[in-house]
Amino acid sequence: MSAMITLKNVSKWYGDFQVLTDCSTAVEKGEVVVVCGPSGSGKSTLIKTVNALEPFQKGEIIVDGMSVGDPKTDLPKLRARIGMVFQNFELFPHLSITENLTIAQERVLGRSKDEARQKGLHYLDRVGLKAHAAKFPGQLSGGQQQRVAIARALSMDPIAMLFDEPTSALDPEMVNEVLDVMVELAHEGMTMMCVTHEMGFARKVANRVIFMDKGAIVEDCAKEEFFGDIKARSERAQHFLSKILQH
Amino acid sequence: MNYNWDWNVFFKSTGIGKEIYLDWFISGLGWTIAVALAGWIIALALGSVLGVMRTLPNKWAARIATTYVELFRNVPLLVQLFIWYFLVPDLLPERAQIWFKQDLSPATSAYLSVVVCLGLFTAARVCEQVRTGIQALPKGQNYAAMAMGFQQAQVYRYVLLPQAFRIIIPPLTSEFLNIFKNSSVASLIGLMELLAQTKQTAEFSANLFEAFTLATVIYFVLNMSLMKFMGWVETRLRVPGMMGGAK
Ligand SMILES: Nc1ncnc2c1ncn2[C@@H]1O[C@H](COP(=O)(O)OP(=O)(O)OP(=O)(O)O)[C@@H](O)[C@H]1O
Ligand SMILES: [Mg+2]
Repeated sequence: MSAMITLKNVSKWYGDFQVLTDCSTAVEKGEVVVVCGPSGSGKSTLIKTVNALEPFQKGEIIVDGMSVGDPKTDLPKLRARIGMVFQNFELFPHLSITENLTIAQERVLGRSKDEARQKGLHYLDRVGLKAHAAKFPGQLSGGQQQRVAIARALSMDPIAMLFDEPTSALDPEMVNEVLDVMVELAHEGMTMMCVTHEMGFARKVANRVIFMDKGAIVEDCAKEEFFGDIKARSERAQHFLSKILQH
Repeated sequence: MNYNWDWNVFFKSTGIGKEIYLDWFISGLGWTIAVALAGWIIALALGSVLGVMRTLPNKWAARIATTYVELFRNVPLLVQLFIWYFLVPDLLPERAQIWFKQDLSPATSAYLSVVVCLGLFTAARVCEQVRTGIQALPKGQNYAAMAMGFQQAQVYRYVLLPQAFRIIIPPLTSEFLNIFKNSSVASLIGLMELLAQTKQTAEFSANLFEAFTLATVIYFVLNMSLMKFMGWVETRLRVPGMMGGAK
């Protein structure tokens, strides 16, 4: 069986500046892959190429059998099947929480108002925020907004979820409420690709850890291997780990 | 200065039919409002389309909109009016020319010219406000909407424009007031709007000061009412927790 997400030698440039260099990896169905690396190493760019939010110039990306780089691929349709959670939540501030959860279900998937509402509220309940359905994003805390954002993505019944530093804009006391939701998702078998520096989360649920530096994938190995013998890691990964594991 | 104010002038007969001078002012105000509102509808619709075009990734769309703005902002309004009223009709196909110059009443053809002129002129200004509003939104909003599978048009319709318009209500209000003030150019092509009626009253009655005082009061009250109306619109559209809206 082929993987849910496959990247083959993906390269991307901004003008003369190469952001991604020959990145290859694969995420199997049900697998949780954590992507880490120093700031500016290209993690966000890499994860955004998976649902074509960022175009790439070389290589190939296959998601559930569909080629992302193929001009014939219906990108909106592909994106609708992949959930994405952003560092700054990106809830739509002019819409109520319920509308945030239902708008794409109705306008993209063509679900009825009732069906969308039922589904949206189901996931809102799962992230523990059902009582806030009628509020607006600006009335919630950061942690609550991010949980709504996860519920919003799940309401679309995605085949995989992409996370781009979902906890790094949060106050420390709110990080765990979001991580808990993500851990639960992982246990349920959701296919996940997570850019995060939360190594506790990686230890708990990741199958594999990818380490990026300067636009390239430097390490791509099983979690046990990644955290097992630090000395066996590349020098750059060791340096990075020693810095973030301190706190 | 020795001037005998006579405020009763407005209730005196104009000598034309049964009309008193006040009737002229009412009719003039009616034309002013009719010109400004029709022009505003054109300005808002076309300006929104142009503003969106300026933010599209498509270079040609952006270039066309930019050229439009440069053209209509840099030619004086009066010159534009004379072009629409005196030149453009001559460029129309023969049947349209006859229709415009002979079938339509002089008031109607002047009205059409000034509405088109003010609409297109103000559209350039509305375009710039809409563009500014869209560009003020976090880039992540666009990403988040795309990631949910929205088509580009849907991204604008459901996510970007509702937010952008809320941001730009204050500058749009001032454009809305401007179009009422600018509508006085219509007097120069013989449309009997408020300013033209004022001048006519001054000439017929020789009560110049009263006539212009009344006109000033009417313009002032009109603008204050419009400002109140836009303030009401702004309050109606305010979202809790968004842009300084109460939580
Ligand atoms: N639109 C752009 N134009 C030019 N360079 C860009 C653009 N977007 C990102 N870059 C550059 O690409 C590189 C990778 O950026 P990216 O955001 O993917 O890094 P990251 O690993 O996610 O970093 P962080 O941890 O800070 O989020 C950075 O050097 C960044 O400056
Ligand atoms: Mg990033």
